[in-house]
Amino acid sequence: MVIVTLVFYLFAAIAVASAMMVVLSRNPVHSVLWLILTFFSAAAIFILMGAEFIAMLLMIVYVGAVAVLFLFVVMMLDVDFAKLRGSVAQYTPLGLLIGLILIAELGMAYGTWIFAKDAPEMRAAVMPAPDQVENTAAIGQILYTDYVYMFQAAGLILFVAMIGAIVLTMRHRPDVKRQNILTQIYRDPAKSVELKDIKPGQGL
Amino acid sequence: MIGIEQYLGLSAVLFVIGIFGIFLNRKNVIVVLMSIELMLLAVNINFVAFSVHLGDMVGQVFTLFILTVAAAEAAIGLAILVVFYRNRGAIDVDDVNAMKG
Repeated sequence: MVIVTLVFYLFAAIAVASAMMVVLSRNPVHSVLWLILTFFSAAAIFILMGAEFIAMLLMIVYVGAVAVLFLFVVMMLDVDFAKLRGSVAQYTPLGLLIGLILIAELGMAYGTWIFAKDAPEMRAAVMPAPDQVENTAAIGQILYTDYVYMFQAAGLILFVAMIGAIVLTMRHRPDVKRQNILTQIYRDPAKSVELKDIKPGQGL
Repeated sequence: MIGIEQYLGLSAVLFVIGIFGIFLNRKNVIVVLMSIELMLLAVNINFVAFSVHLGDMVGQVFTLFILTVAAAEAAIGLAILVVFYRNRGAIDVDDVNAMKG
């Protein structure tokens, strides 16, 4: 148990420190890399909680897809990021003030909060014992039955997002030549080849 | 022993760091999007902590949906950013006043 506590505080400290570096880093490329470290530490904390499927999902979706997308965009855009940092000193006091107020409010809420008496009876899907059904199997058992419509809706959201991203970023450049298959198919061999009768000894 | 309070505390700190990042990097939309990802991660930690503490699987299922929406949001946000950069040659948010809203 001592080891679990130590591991929790280690990964929590790494997560908080790297999240601060995401926010404070001057170079957005470094920010993305710190974000990846934050997600890795959060995945370790999920594993500590026994939610290994969510932890793996975090690695695959966030680190593998979202963070790489961020990295791609940051490196593709040729932006003077130093200029964008210019107004940091102006906004720091307001950000600190609101952050302190928010954390004080959250602290007050967490300090006096208790579970409802009938909270265990109100559970919608009771977690099976880990030695009988694994975490991934348990999620699958309710995701594909009770929440199948929401699962389909999640797929629809991703589909719409994909189409939206393609529609937003696609552009037709007039200076790029593209293959037009229909004109290729309808090309008439009789019209496309021209035979010329050249007399010997003369040029064209 | 690690109880639910420690997890909630961690998630609160991560959430506040996300808010702080939005205020700090107001001009840099990329870092603002990353701060939003941090806040969503904090929400996910909250969901999973309650799910494990109460023994209810629904929290982890909803974490999955939040992950889906976060991925979609990042994709659309970055696509808008790329289009904006292509049109204006900069990503300064102060320039986003074409609609005079």
